[in-house]
Order: sequence, then structure tokens, then C-alpha cells
Amino acid sequence: MKILVCISHVPDTTSKINFTDGDSKFDTTGVQFVINPNDEFGLTRAMWFKEKQGASVDVVNVGGPETEPTLRKALAIGADNAIRVNTEAKDGYQVAKEIANVVKDGGYDLVIAGRESIDYNGGMVPGMIAEMIDANFVTNCINLELDGTNAKAVREIDGGKETVSTSLPLVIGGQKGLVEESDLRIPNMRGIMMARKKPLTVVEPIGASVETTTVKFEKPAPKGAVTLVSPDNLDELVNLLHNEAKVI
Amino acid sequence: MSVLVYTESENGTFKKTAFEVASYAKAVATQMGTTVTAFAVNANDVSELGKYGVDKVLKISDDSLKNFNAKSYASAIAQATKNEDAKVVIVSQSADSKYLAPILSVGLEAGYASNVMEAPTSTSPFTVKRTAFTNKAFNLTTIDTDIKIVGVSNNSFGLVEANGSATAEDFSPSLPAKGVTVESVDRVTDKVTIADAEIVVSAGRGMKGPENWGMIEELAEVLGAATACSKPVSDLGWRPHSEHVGQTGKPVASNLYIAIGISGAIQHLAGINASKVKVVINTDPEAPFFKAADYGVVGDAFEVVPQLIEKLKAFKASNA
Ligand SMILES: Cc1cc2nc3c(=O)[nH]c(=O)nc-3n(C[C@H](O)[C@H](O)[C@H](O)COP(=O)(O)OP(=O)(O)OC[C@H]3O[C@@H](n4cnc5c(N)ncnc54)[C@H](O)[C@@H]3O)c2cc1C
Ligand SMILES: Nc1ncnc2c1ncn2[C@@H]1O[C@H](COP(=O)(O)O)[C@@H](O)[C@H]1O
Repeated sequence: MKILVCISHVPDTTSKINFTDGDSKFDTTGVQFVINPNDEFGLTRAMWFKEKQGASVDVVNVGGPETEPTLRKALAIGADNAIRVNTEAKDGYQVAKEIANVVKDGGYDLVIAGRESIDYNGGMVPGMIAEMIDANFVTNCINLELDGTNAKAVREIDGGKETVSTSLPLVIGGQKGLVEESDLRIPNMRGIMMARKKPLTVVEPIGASVETTTVKFEKPAPKGAVTLVSPDNLDELVNLLHNEAKVI
Repeated sequence: MSVLVYTESENGTFKKTAFEVASYAKAVATQMGTTVTAFAVNANDVSELGKYGVDKVLKISDDSLKNFNAKSYASAIAQATKNEDAKVVIVSQSADSKYLAPILSVGLEAGYASNVMEAPTSTSPFTVKRTAFTNKAFNLTTIDTDIKIVGVSNNSFGLVEANGSATAEDFSPSLPAKGVTVESVDRVTDKVTIADAEIVVSAGRGMKGPENWGMIEELAEVLGAATACSKPVSDLGWRPHSEHVGQTGKPVASNLYIAIGISGAIQHLAGINASKVKVVINTDPEAPFFKAADYGVVGDAFEVVPQLIEKLKAFKASNA
């Protein structure tokens, strides 16, 4: 079985978010980049399939050379091959189209992406890939079992969860639950050494078009100071929530 | 030409978000000088949609669609879009709508903007404001395709009554093979979900242990709120994972978010910042949450929360 894990290269969760070039570009100054948390869960589940059921695991990113350290980290965690589609990621559609092409070329049976990236928050790439390659699709996936070409998955829904059955080829939008956080792997020295020798193939883009264009970014307006209420005067809190904030 | 809106229902009854996306669709239709057509699956009474500006409802009644299926629903909505010659399709950001939107986007060759906060700032070029960087920023984006799909964040636009009436029409699309079959659904039905809630009561490690959640549940009940928790609380197994909110958990965009014994780490705040009014109850005046909150009580949750419950009960009794 051939698994492809989509890796989005995103600012670490503690990053301060700033913009440059007339607020049109994310300011990467001083920002540390990591594997998108949802993708990390997917990658670890892919490693489980590799070790327990026999599979090859490739990782893919659509982005410039600056994303290679993140792909190397995925190799150090245990992926076999990395592919970088050499183009700036501009919107979800373009990324999905480029990855769909990689999937077709590589003949992958299972594509694991994240439910959502923490930078663009599109929640769109995995579903688009699935539709482009005519594969089945389950998102918000918190459990995945494979038996031959049959799959059983659990999807988080509003207010609960749902168990579904489906089959390969399959695309997953994964999240925490796919594996537990305590099972996430931190690359060790041996993994890092081995990753240096593993193939990281740079492929040229097919030149997919975009459907949306970022005009500019804005930061939320600075917050006013908090109104403190004494713990001995909670009537005042109820009053403020009712009359001032009008939320109760 | 019209604006098409997918109005979700559960067991035949429209969800509140259905009225919110209908209100949003009406605003877009007004900007574009056109009408609103709603798409509804197995809904009992569609006349309610008129109140929020819907002119016409395409009604599907089909037992095979009882369980949500992203592929079938996306295909049916695509057929409705073509039938109506709709140029804009509006969906909510429920788990189901987020599931179907990217599929629909490819099917219709329509650009999709998710997490949209406001009515379009312009309809030509079609420009919307969406959240990005997990609520740490906004992204003003144009959708450049002929047909546009807008995913409206829950609780961002609100309900706007329009006093109209809607005509209903039966609609029978041809449905593709499902590909994904629902085996079982495990849904808590007697509790407000975080996605739908107008008020969320959330608690953190300051609660010391799972045995102390009774007062959190009670406060939520008095307010008709959903309960949520910080990440360590779900990691420790004090509360189910489904309650974990924040950057790596569920996003919260409620009208009121009450944080009890939560420090306000950047990853927590990122996921809940879209909430309109934030209240923090914490013993530590230096807790970062006080910088993000609108109202704060520096105090011990074990004293403040039971008192607050009593005050709110009294408030409810006098306002009933
Ligand atoms: C990659 C990554 C992703 C993360 N994602 C998330 C996420 O999605 N969501 C999330 O929540 N966290 C997330 N975190 C964790 C986050 O950094 C914090 O560790 C976490 O939010 C802290 O939870 P807490 O506020 O409940 O606990 P603590 O930080 O331990 O805070 C407890 C608070 O309770 C107060 N307190 C103590 N006793 C009382 C009392 N009797 N009455 C009132 N107050 C009291 C204390 O003053 C303190 O402020 C993430 C971390 C990382 C590294
Ligand atoms: N540039 C990219 N390269 C590779 N995978 C990506 C890229 N952008 C998004 N993805 C994948 O798609 C998922 C959802 O991203 P998004 O649609 O941006 O929310 C991510 O978790 C990744 O798995």
C-alpha cells in the first residue's frame, strides 16, 4: 500500500502574527516553522500502518525551498520519501490541484492530509484532492482502520461522532485522535541522520491556476482594557452582561 | 440568477445556523439585486425561511439522505446551483457543511472562501473578509471564479429578519454512489453543542480535578450554554476530547465565552478569540487571559462560580 501524507509548513503555535509588503504577506521574521499539528497526527498514523500492516509512506509539500527543513523533519520521523512541488502555495485550489497530480503520478492508495492548516485555515485541500482524483473522502477523522481495500473511519460531527465504512482510494482530513498526542514522535538522532540520506525530490508544478486572491491581511483591533468586577459584587457582573454586553 | 443557500436541518427542524446563512444570503442578494433560493433536505416546515429573506425553497425529501453524505449532498447542491443559475452559494461552517464545501467547489469549478465573518465588502470583484492564522488575523480575499462559494462562520453575521414569504418547490436531483456509508451515529442530543452554542462555559486546570465539574455543568445549564475545556484538561482525561477548544481543538465563536481557571495561553486564546464577549474568572490577576477578556473577576472559582449561579438564577427568575 502506498500512503501519501500532505505536510503543511506553518508558523509554530506561539508565533506572533505580523505582515509585511503593505500587509499583503506574512512576516516570517523570527518565526519558527513546524509541521501543521493536524498533519503530525496523520503522519504518525501513517507510520503505524507502515509498521503494522506494511506500507510505504511519502510526504508532500507544495512550497518553496524554505519548507525543506519541515519535510526533513517528516523524514526523520520515519517517512520514506519527500516530494516538494516547487511553487509558492497561493490558494487551496492550486495546492490541491498540484497534490492531485502527485497522487495520480505516484499511484497512491491513501492520502492523509490535515482537517485544516493553522495558518490559512482553509479546511479545503483534502476534500478538493478527493474530488479531483475521484477518491472517497472522510474529514474530521479521529480514527482510521484499514483491512485490505476496506476502511473504517470515525468522524467527529457537531455534538458527537459517526462511524463510517468506505474503501480505498481514500483521502483523509485528519486531526488529534487519529493517534493520541502521547504517541506523536519526536525525531531522534538516528532518525535525523537517516533523514539526510533519504530522497527529497523537487518536482516542477503543473502550473495550476488559483480561484481566490488575497488582497491583504489585517490584524484584529487592539482590545480595550478588561473591566474588573469584585468577587463580592457579582450582581454587577450579571448587570454588565445583561445591560452593557447584552449577551444574557 | 440567484443566491443559493444550503439551510441545514436536523430531524426535520432547521438549525439556528440555517437562519443565519439565510440572513447572509439575503444580504448578498440585496447587494447583487437578485433573489434567494434555499436548498433544504428532509425539512418539515420550510415556510420559516421566508422570515429570513428566502424567496424560494428547493425541497428534497429522500430517505436515502437521512444520514448526511458529503458527496450526495454536494452533488445535489451543484445540480440546484445549475438549475437556478446561481452565481453565489452560501453554506454554514458546521462540520457537515465544511465537509461538503470543498467537494462542491471542485464540482462547480467555484472558488471557496471559508470562515467568512461579514457580508462581502464588494461583489465585483467579489471580496470577503475571512479569519486566518486561527483568529490571529483576517484575510481579505477575492473569489475570482464565475460561481463563488462562501462559508459563513457560525454566530458571525447573526439573524436578520426580512418579513418575506418563501414558496416551496420539490426538487429531485440524481444522486451519485455514496462511497462513504454511515454505520452508526453517536450524538449527545440533550446538550448544546459548542458549534451551535451562543454561550460557552469553559474551564481549565484551575478546577483541580474532574470531580469539581458539577458547578461548571450547573452554570452552563443555567445559561443554556455548552461546556468546553482547555487542552490539558482533556489530555488528563478529566473531560472528553470533544470539549477541547483552542488552536488545536474546536474553534469557538460564541456570543459569550466564560473561562474559569484557564490561564489564557496563546494557543487557547487563538481558538476562542472569535467569541464576542469574554469573561475570565481566575485567582491570578497576572493570568494572560485578563488581557484578552472584556470582564474579569479575580477570585477563587470555588467561591465565585457557586455565587454566580445563584445570582444568575435570581436574574432569570426576575426576568422570566
Ligand atoms: C502545539 C500546542 C498546541 C496547543 N493547543 C492548545 C489548544 O488548542 N487549547 C488549549 O487550551 N491549550 C492548548 N495548548 C496548551 C496551552 O499552551 C496551555 O498549556 C493550556 O491552555 C493551559 O491550560 P489551563 O489554562 O487549563 O491550565 P494552566 O495553564 O495550568 O492554568 C490554570 C489557571 O487556573 C488558575 N487557577 C488555579 N486555581 C484556581 C481557582 N481556584 N480559581 C480560579 N482560577 C484558578 C491559575 O491561576 C491558572 O491561570 C497547546 C500547546 C501547544 C504547545
Ligand atoms: N502547501 C501545502 N503543501 C502540502 N499540503 C498542504 C499544503 N497546504 C495544505 N496542505 C494540506 O491540506 C490540509 C488542510 O489545509 P487547508 O485547506 O489550508 O486548511 C493541511 O493540513 C495539509 O495536510
